[in-house]
Amino acid sequence: MTNMKRRTLLKGTLAASAVGMAIGTGLLTPRIVLAAWPKDSFDAKTVDAALNGLFGSSTLEGNDKIKIKVPDIAENGAVVPVSVEVEMTGVESISILAEKNATPLTSSYTLGSNTDPFVATRIKLGKTSSVIAVVKAGGKLYSAGKEVKVTIGGCGG
Amino acid sequence: MTISRREFLQMLAIASAAGINLSGCESGTDSTTAAAGVKPGKGPGDLYELPAFGNVSVLHYTDCHAQLLPIYFREPNINLGVGSMAGNAPHLVGEALLKAYGIAPGSAEAHAFTYLDFEAASRRFGKVGGFAHLSTLVKRIRAQRPGALLLDGGDTWQGSATSLWTNAQDMVDAQLLLGVDIMTAHWEMTYGADRVREIVENDFKDRIDFVAQNIVDSEWNEQVFKPYVIRSINGVPTAIIGQAFPYTPIANPRHMISEWSFGIRDERMQEMVDKARSEGAQVVILLSHNGMDVDLKMATRVTGIDAIMGGHTHDGVPAPVVVSNAGGKTLVTNAGSNGKFLGVLDLDVKNGKVSDYRYRLLPVFSNLLPADTEMAGYIDKVRAPYQDKLSEKLAVTDDLLYRRGNFNGTFDQVICDGLMEVTGAQIAFSPGFRWGVSVLPGETITMDQLMTQTAITYPNVTLNNMNGTRIKEILEDVADNLFNQDPYYQQGGDMVRVGGLKYSIDPTAEIGNRISDMEYDGAPLDANKDYLVAGWASVQETPAGDTGRPIWDVVAEYLRDKKTLKSTILNEPKIKGMDGNPGFAPI
Repeated sequence: MTNMKRRTLLKGTLAASAVGMAIGTGLLTPRIVLAAWPKDSFDAKTVDAALNGLFGSSTLEGNDKIKIKVPDIAENGAVVPVSVEVEMTGVESISILAEKNATPLTSSYTLGSNTDPFVATRIKLGKTSSVIAVVKAGGKLYSAGKEVKVTIGGCGG
Repeated sequence: MTISRREFLQMLAIASAAGINLSGCESGTDSTTAAAGVKPGKGPGDLYELPAFGNVSVLHYTDCHAQLLPIYFREPNINLGVGSMAGNAPHLVGEALLKAYGIAPGSAEAHAFTYLDFEAASRRFGKVGGFAHLSTLVKRIRAQRPGALLLDGGDTWQGSATSLWTNAQDMVDAQLLLGVDIMTAHWEMTYGADRVREIVENDFKDRIDFVAQNIVDSEWNEQVFKPYVIRSINGVPTAIIGQAFPYTPIANPRHMISEWSFGIRDERMQEMVDKARSEGAQVVILLSHNGMDVDLKMATRVTGIDAIMGGHTHDGVPAPVVVSNAGGKTLVTNAGSNGKFLGVLDLDVKNGKVSDYRYRLLPVFSNLLPADTEMAGYIDKVRAPYQDKLSEKLAVTDDLLYRRGNFNGTFDQVICDGLMEVTGAQIAFSPGFRWGVSVLPGETITMDQLMTQTAITYPNVTLNNMNGTRIKEILEDVADNLFNQDPYYQQGGDMVRVGGLKYSIDPTAEIGNRISDMEYDGAPLDANKDYLVAGWASVQETPAGDTGRPIWDVVAEYLRDKKTLKSTILNEPKIKGMDGNPGFAPI
């Protein structure tokens, strides 16, 4: 591991310290980490197709125990900070989708049984979009989302 | 006609005898709250004789935009509120505003708070603001209120030629001389992160606290500045939390502050309030550059703030809005712009809690407040090296020139006309800034005045070909920043000013559907055809189509060439669906 990567690792572990994993930061891509890389889901063009690929279902139940933190307006659409914290037990995975992206699935985290369900990462947004956190817990899918605006900027008071 | 101080007082007396509430700050009907309503003014007297009240006082000015000298500043005749904001402060203009606050038509305060009869009232009441006059007022109010703090809401370092040419030093020294205690920021950031740090760490050291809870290092998420300070006012621990303009990296060039991230950060705000309270603060005041609609929403979500003293949207709001939230009540104020006003908040703190308050937003009438000698001397000195450039006479205007309003002001029109004439562009865009002075009919526009409309650190004019589709996208995007029904998605500027292009706008529609009827040269705008478009103030680090010429250079050339501006015809869009809106008073 080079020094530069070490810096990225530090950044990644800080951002996702509760989970202690660096998948979402780009350091370790899910391709390396996961034995079965869900290529079809990451290439899927719609939220439903991505979810069907990952979970075999796209039926979501809204849940206010999922706290998704994203800016209201992105400062830089290329790196939009997102964090998801879940106040539930038995969380198996957390996935983050950007509805209007050409390929909505940005990342998916499979959690170990004793893991604190919290992830933080940065995603790319091409345009104004809902950002959706999908949580799998007890075999069911729950979700929460928030709109992030991407604007051309300028003209401020 | 210019009235004397004596005549002015007589007028106040008459207004008062007529039952007009000159305190102008009834706080609504809810008097059961801890922060109870303001009592009407006592009657005739000096506008600036405010009986002291309570034991904690805070003075507040904001968005002075580096106007060291007295100026004219016309308030808007169009300041639309949509959705839940429709018809509510600060979206009230003209007579609707006077009625809502019980201000007598024709009075000095009516002139300060509205555009009504602007030219005649300006000649009658004279100029407003100016740091020498503001300084006199601050000293007077402070003498009545020992221990009072002076808060500066930001947008202080930008907006004049001398602030630009001295790299903000003229304003920094003026703040120190004025006795500012605490400030937050927005346009300050356009001098770049290094310059901001330099001033905060050197000039302001042990003298002015620079507070901003919502600026964090974009890599580590660590606080860049102090989030708040706790000061003891007459023995009462008072926390002042800072909130910089949340969308600085979007509305202004991000590359100038690339390592800092902003945002609204409600949760962090709540943490800071709770932390300050746990450290013993009995009063929590938020010094905010959110803009008033954002402040009003934040006040419903964050608990434990006694008062939000706000700016950014340049709303001169005579009385606080009292917002209820899960923790009690929060007062929300907004103190106008360009040095026109000083907000005075008096709190009576008993048993560790605010039990009552008074608030006044005092207009700074330069003719009624003698210039402070020391400040006046300082201003003369700091301007002297630039006097020749500043006083250059560019052109006489036959019409009133102003900027403020949701759509084109006449000064913007001059800028757009100049851009098109000098560059040969078919269409011109000029940003919807809310700063810049007004020029009365018959006055000669000076370079100094032109710079109040244009002095920024990224002033270059751009020239680009854009097709009709792209032009519509831009208009839709900016309109959504202004008229989104959720204030957290607004940025606080006004609509981009447009030359050459005609359009209609429905502020109540959703993004993508607000703009219609776009026309160029009598024909519908062609979605696929290219048009040559001039603009300025690009937030890109290397703007497309950069001509290398600053905007003031182009407009000055236009004005020198014209010599007299005979008639400035406003290219306002057709505004749909706003009839009856109290923020809408088309001229």
